[in-house]
Amino acid sequence: MSVLVIIEHDNQNIKNSSLNTITAAKEIDNSVHAVVLGENCSKVSEQVSKCDGIEEVFVADDLIYKNHIAENISPKIVELADKYSHILAPSSTFGKNIMPRVAALLDVAQISDIVSIENKDTFVRPIYAGNANLKLQSTDTKKIITVRTTNFEATKINGGNGKITKIEKNEDPNLSKFVKNELNKSDRPELTAAGIIISGGRGMESGKNFNLLEEIADKLKAAVGASRAAVDAGFVPNDYQVGQTGKVVAPELYIAVGISGAIQHLAGMKDSKIIVAINKDEEAPIFQIADYGIVGDLFKILPELSKEIDKINS
Amino acid sequence: MKILVPVKRVIDYNVKVKVKSDNTGVDLENVKMAMNPFDEIAVEEAVRLKEKKVCDEITAISIGSSKSEETLRTALAVGADKGILVETQEEAQPLEVAKILMEIINKNKPDLVLMGKQAIDDDSNQTGQMLSALLNWPQGTFASKLEVKGKSLNVTREIDGGLETLNMDLPAIITTDLRLNEPRYASLPNIMKAKQKPIEKITPKDLNIEIKQRLKTLKVTEPDKKEAGIKVDSVEELVSKLHNEEKVI
Ligand SMILES: Cc1cc2nc3c(=O)[nH]c(=O)nc-3n(C[C@H](O)[C@H](O)[C@H](O)COP(=O)(O)OP(=O)(O)OC[C@H]3O[C@@H](n4cnc5c(N)ncnc54)[C@H](O)[C@@H]3O)c2cc1C
Repeated sequence: MSVLVIIEHDNQNIKNSSLNTITAAKEIDNSVHAVVLGENCSKVSEQVSKCDGIEEVFVADDLIYKNHIAENISPKIVELADKYSHILAPSSTFGKNIMPRVAALLDVAQISDIVSIENKDTFVRPIYAGNANLKLQSTDTKKIITVRTTNFEATKINGGNGKITKIEKNEDPNLSKFVKNELNKSDRPELTAAGIIISGGRGMESGKNFNLLEEIADKLKAAVGASRAAVDAGFVPNDYQVGQTGKVVAPELYIAVGISGAIQHLAGMKDSKIIVAINKDEEAPIFQIADYGIVGDLFKILPELSKEIDKINS
Repeated sequence: MKILVPVKRVIDYNVKVKVKSDNTGVDLENVKMAMNPFDEIAVEEAVRLKEKKVCDEITAISIGSSKSEETLRTALAVGADKGILVETQEEAQPLEVAKILMEIINKNKPDLVLMGKQAIDDDSNQTGQMLSALLNWPQGTFASKLEVKGKSLNVTREIDGGLETLNMDLPAIITTDLRLNEPRYASLPNIMKAKQKPIEKITPKDLNIEIKQRLKTLKVTEPDKKEAGIKVDSVEELVSKLHNEEKVI
């Protein structure tokens, strides 16, 4: 049986998270289908059909799908589920919101946040904030899975020629109504897709001081992240949070500034290729996983770092 | 209005987790256990609604071994009125937990279920969504703000791009995120009072629910350890390493 991927998108473009999820689907089976539920989302379905390895894309285009409300989307996925052995979505807030609902409606377990695929029914996922890895076997006939995107390469949006099939919308369950969203617009790369991330913690002392990080981020084309303490203190918005309960990232370079390195923070960034820590406390646990550490006052170090980067950029 | 708050007993979030040498799980012997931090936030939110007179009764429920009674007592000490312990030695996975909660809800008819978005042991982040699917109730997951207005509520959710607000009618399921509130500590007199509050004890069998291990644990292993690297003395040295050796900038 084929694998179905639930596409995450913003009605304009496919999200990177879906491209990683398609790669995971291809590891499970050669036959991969996708479904796009959205409003005025024809551009998204075209992108998906071009993704390497996609055989067929189902699209339901209707206002009820515009805001990705879980109650509206799940019945459609359940309707399509018959033909599939596995249904995958990214382990983003989009996928986490929808997939357990789908699983419960199908009366099967849901498998969260897989980092590797052993075979069609055996998967590995981190537990206890990444302090242990669980290899599990699913005994259900259908596997409803969310995928940790940092563990799978992104599929390219070319080479594919999937058939696009329009499908009907389901009835509006009328359970949750969208009121508004406050999305943070930024010209910097998305955290979960960035090659370089510079994150600040409580040591930054204020939101204004994040300018020091932003200046460096712009020179390195990096994304800016934060610890929970920095978000809780109101220095930066919630979507900056990296960690067990925030975003999981694995860039080529992660620079942690004024972050102590609590396990809940490490859970979100320890798989980064190179980790740099800047902290005035030489005992800070972040140094135990840092490839390069500098002990010192970040307010002195950051301006110097900015200048040194100018030198290599020029 | 009646609120139900499910609470789970988990390893304390400060404890360094160790994988058992036989790779069957993590070591929970003689380790400090506590209420799942997200559930503490759920209890706190319920108590605040009670203080605002929006809610008149809070029931806490826990599913697990007899030791989960401690977790219920913690909820009672913070302000829940009564507890239900669904006692089982087996580990209930999210779908079974949701089914148990559904049975309880069909009997007790709460107007609102406030629960943690995930438990910090299995990190599944599933039960609330599953429960609302089984009940066909609306779900407001990852909540950082909750405003109850009569028979409906507005919930602000933390999503990847920022915040989203949904409106839904009661009854509803809300799962809590970290920034919904800061839980209080129970005072000593309230801890004493909590000992007198009622806890009803039942088993999954009483609810006609069989606990199945749909997901079988094959092996639990320690993740690859990253070795500590080096300390550099100057920013110049750091940038040179990153640029010339690692070639990441
Ligand atoms: C259930 C739960 C989930 C959680 N989820 C997350 C999560 O997803 N992500 C997350 O990050 N946290 C999470 N946490 C919180 C986590 O436990 C820590 O509290 C948090 O990560 C600490 O943030 P911090 O390192 O910025 O602050 P602190 O621990 O206070 O560290 C600040 C650091 O800055 C350094 N510093 C201060 N001033 C300077 C200076 N001038 N120059 C250089 N260094 C300086 C200090 O030496 C210190 O090491 C969670 C906690 C719980 C209970």
